[in-house]
Amino acid sequence: MNTNLVHFTLNGEPVEVAIEPWTTLLDYLRYHQKLVGTKKGCDHGQCGACTVLIDGNSVNSCLCLLVSLDGAEITTIEGVATADNLSPEQQIFIEEDAYQCGFCTPGQICSTIAMCNRGEINSEEELKDWMSGNLCRCAAYKNITKAARRIYEES
Amino acid sequence: MKPFQYTRLSTEDLSLGTTLRDSTILAGGTNLVDLMKYGVEEPDSLADIGKLPYAQIEESDKGLLLGALVTNADTAYHAAVKSTYPVLNKAILAAASSQLRNRATNGGNLLQRTRCYYFYDTTMPCNKREPGTGCAAIKGFNRIHAILGTSASCIATHPSDMCVALAALEAKVHVLRKGETIVIPFDQLHRLPGDQPEKDHNLEPGDLITHIQLPAEGFSEHFEYLKIRDRESYAFALVSVAACLKVSQGKIADIRVALGGVAHKPWKLKEVEKDFFGKEASTENFQSLAEQLIQGAQGFGTNDFKISLVKGAIVRALNNALNPS
Repeated sequence: MNTNLVHFTLNGEPVEVAIEPWTTLLDYLRYHQKLVGTKKGCDHGQCGACTVLIDGNSVNSCLCLLVSLDGAEITTIEGVATADNLSPEQQIFIEEDAYQCGFCTPGQICSTIAMCNRGEINSEEELKDWMSGNLCRCAAYKNITKAARRIYEES
Repeated sequence: MKPFQYTRLSTEDLSLGTTLRDSTILAGGTNLVDLMKYGVEEPDSLADIGKLPYAQIEESDKGLLLGALVTNADTAYHAAVKSTYPVLNKAILAAASSQLRNRATNGGNLLQRTRCYYFYDTTMPCNKREPGTGCAAIKGFNRIHAILGTSASCIATHPSDMCVALAALEAKVHVLRKGETIVIPFDQLHRLPGDQPEKDHNLEPGDLITHIQLPAEGFSEHFEYLKIRDRESYAFALVSVAACLKVSQGKIADIRVALGGVAHKPWKLKEVEKDFFGKEASTENFQSLAEQLIQGAQGFGTNDFKISLVKGAIVRALNNALNPS
């Protein structure tokens, strides 16, 4: 069996796994860990539905080979809060009605968290550009932008 | 994705050299993994260089040394890049999405492949993907394709924004070749397609990009990166212009203009730039430079518009560079 050993933390828990090297982080999360909050949209880094956090930075998990993430700290939407205690970002998305079907929402929220971690937004254009890697087929962009702005201002 | 062997390289492995010669190099993987999913790239083995010691940015009086494994985002937001090389900051942030910039590395940015539709479509002929099969783009839908330096074999463009700024800055690329570091001027890294479009660059098998050296002069006073694309964000350039100027008493003391989206490599002609040293920094002279820079440009039908578009973009970028926002 062609596998390689990789160590990382997933939502705060240390993990060691021998994995086929062609397994993407997205497939590992959904099919091995059953963490299905991270969504598979285009599977080519174009839609942002699969966005998760690696060491606090938003990335497309569909384009990351899990085996290359040795030592990484991986956080998915399941790791940002608990069911009865939402994160501030999730709460703001609810308050601003920043979704319709909700498929893109986990990725959108991970992008807002990374945006706050980076702290480099100086204008509305920069905020929109930062969020432009997350597509919303329902086109709920107006409220997503409003939520993202509030999240950044309140972070 | 076709199965492959995977090796995570350590610094000690570098001295062996053999692994790199026989493997495809993996860094951030944002382009390579995508190409592997499409079946455009089907490597038998990947050598992961992510643990090698090239993930720092070092400052010196000679300029800035960008590690090949530093992400595009960390490069763009580095304090010295923002203050001294704003054209590079602007070019990187004009590229891709925040997620991709967070993962893609500097070395990988240099070696990313074209986004020609026919290169990605494995059912179509493509001399770059499969030499000798022909170029479907020449008589096909070529809106995003090259107008300069093309050949009968290939009209693909180099897709990077960062590389256009690096060309304008006249950066240098440090390459580890058979245990020795060699330095390649940026304009000699990439190549025109000629009759070997499968070769994007002049590196040899086993070569490893370790750093990008930025010169001390960053043109922080007069610069512009103008990117024209089909949507305002997260799209490749139809045409782009990196413009850097030094102006003394209204006269051009130095001028650098590199173009993206128009050729198989960032397009820059030093001999044309030199003709304008000492001339007035005026719209009239910028127009004249634009004419000379794109002399011989040829459209292929649906990309004919790029000829007038890039001419206007050059003039606008240079005028913007006089008073950067």
